[in-house]
Amino acid sequence: MNYSIAYRTIVTKEIFRFIRIWPQTLLPPAITTALYFLIFGKLIGDRVGAINGVTYMEYIVPGIILMSVISHSYANVVSSFYSTKFQRNIEELLVAPVPNWVILSGYVSGGIIRGLLVGTVVALISLLFADIEVKNPYITLSVMLLTATLFSLAGFINAVLAESFDDISIIPNFVLTPLSYLGGVFFSVKMLPTIWQSISLGNPILYMINAFRYGLIGVTDVDIQLAFMMTGGLILILTLVSLFLLHKGIGIKN
Amino acid sequence: MNALSIRNLKKTYNNGFEALKGIDLEVQAGDFFALLGPNGAGKSTTIGIISSLVNESSGSVSIFGHDLKAERSLAKSCLGLVPQEVNFNQFDTVKSIVFNQAGYYGTPRKLALQRTEHCLKQMDLWDKRDTVSRRLSGGMKRRVMIARAMVHAPKLLILDEPTAGVDIEIRRSMWKMMQEVNQQGTTIILTTHYLEEAESLCRNIAIIDQGRIVENTDMASLLARLHVDHFVLDLAEPLAHAPVISGYQIQRIADKVLDVAVPKEIGLNYLFSQLSAQNINVVSLKNKSNRLEQLFLNLIDTKPAGNS
Repeated sequence: MNYSIAYRTIVTKEIFRFIRIWPQTLLPPAITTALYFLIFGKLIGDRVGAINGVTYMEYIVPGIILMSVISHSYANVVSSFYSTKFQRNIEELLVAPVPNWVILSGYVSGGIIRGLLVGTVVALISLLFADIEVKNPYITLSVMLLTATLFSLAGFINAVLAESFDDISIIPNFVLTPLSYLGGVFFSVKMLPTIWQSISLGNPILYMINAFRYGLIGVTDVDIQLAFMMTGGLILILTLVSLFLLHKGIGIKN
Repeated sequence: MNALSIRNLKKTYNNGFEALKGIDLEVQAGDFFALLGPNGAGKSTTIGIISSLVNESSGSVSIFGHDLKAERSLAKSCLGLVPQEVNFNQFDTVKSIVFNQAGYYGTPRKLALQRTEHCLKQMDLWDKRDTVSRRLSGGMKRRVMIARAMVHAPKLLILDEPTAGVDIEIRRSMWKMMQEVNQQGTTIILTTHYLEEAESLCRNIAIIDQGRIVENTDMASLLARLHVDHFVLDLAEPLAHAPVISGYQIQRIADKVLDVAVPKEIGLNYLFSQLSAQNINVVSLKNKSNRLEQLFLNLIDTKPAGNS
């Protein structure tokens, strides 16, 4: 059995899906982030001054790019897989000889590709506002890739466990967005009171944003190795949870 | 060789409902097999387990000799399923639904395109290949599901009420198509509430009730067990009372309509001679119900649960 064909079929289907609805998937992040750069980076940023030796505009660019990667890789998988469940066309995959790891890889790859594509669009828009030279492309790309993987997996688990469309909006609205904003997109964690600094260190998104910022402009509030280990560890845990859910058929089988 | 072999299959749902109480079933390769039963009898659960949509509680299923647990991939490769309800993405085109399914079965792109074209033409859907599926009629959606189930050339095709809700013309064309597919060597298992459909298409039959197989035999033997035929007679003149004729049970169901139970050993000639003798003129007659329906109701009504 050639599983690579099944994998390619799922990934191609996912790419066509989000490209077909590009006004919903690719256009909004371009407009939203352009406004972020204009309002926060330009209008307010000029009055804020430098943070950690770089301009405020340069400082927020990595966080805004990665925030887009997080939200879109998550949104792609959670909406696509939940729709697949809702319309019952998940049965097309369950009936076919497609192993669980291929189903998971296919949907997660779709999420990663959309996350990276949106990240690239936002990065290109940022060039209109800031003159950024990538300090470490390997770290930049690997953090982007790992972050997209992690949040695609999280979106997959959310979709498997969701029982209604409300369930797929709760996590993005009440968990992901607050954690992203509190993860140091617009500020350095060192600007916070000590107690809030300690609390913020429990937020995994803080590590990813800072690692990405380090790769892009060479500035970070956290240890880079710890950021990679944390992201890698979370990916491993969420992969195992996803495979367990698929194996048991939780949320998708009777 | 058995296309399907089920051993002591049990399923208890989380709410405690025991849908299957240990069924055994064998379907020969090449057969056109009917799996019948009333609503809630366990048909859909059985099909769900065979097609990996429902987890069994215990028991085993093998498809063309491949155990569904030990040789999952091989077993699944042999199977095509046409479910009861529409379950494809309503925003996808007809062609992409069928083509993608071929991909899930590992069919290379070129071959998948060829098979997609063949199946859509066979289902008379080639002209609709670029139509978004939600714009199709109910009958067309069912044919899309059949094309999708056949695109990987399965050896065993399960059709779960494929003609439910479609008009007579489409139903007849689907019967013809199913017979052609079966004649080409594909084993078919059919569930249906139209017993006339099962009677005219299927060679063997199993009836499931309350989670147990209550009958499993060939259609001819089953029909041969029917000792009494029911006929409805339309009369030329109204009658105040049903006539009494020895050997027949006659009921007056309207002024000019009689319901007659005719034992096979007596037949109709004696009935008509006695009616003529009583100056009762019959304008027309018809079967009250089809034969299988009568047997089906008898089996469901009289067989005690547990007689598998």
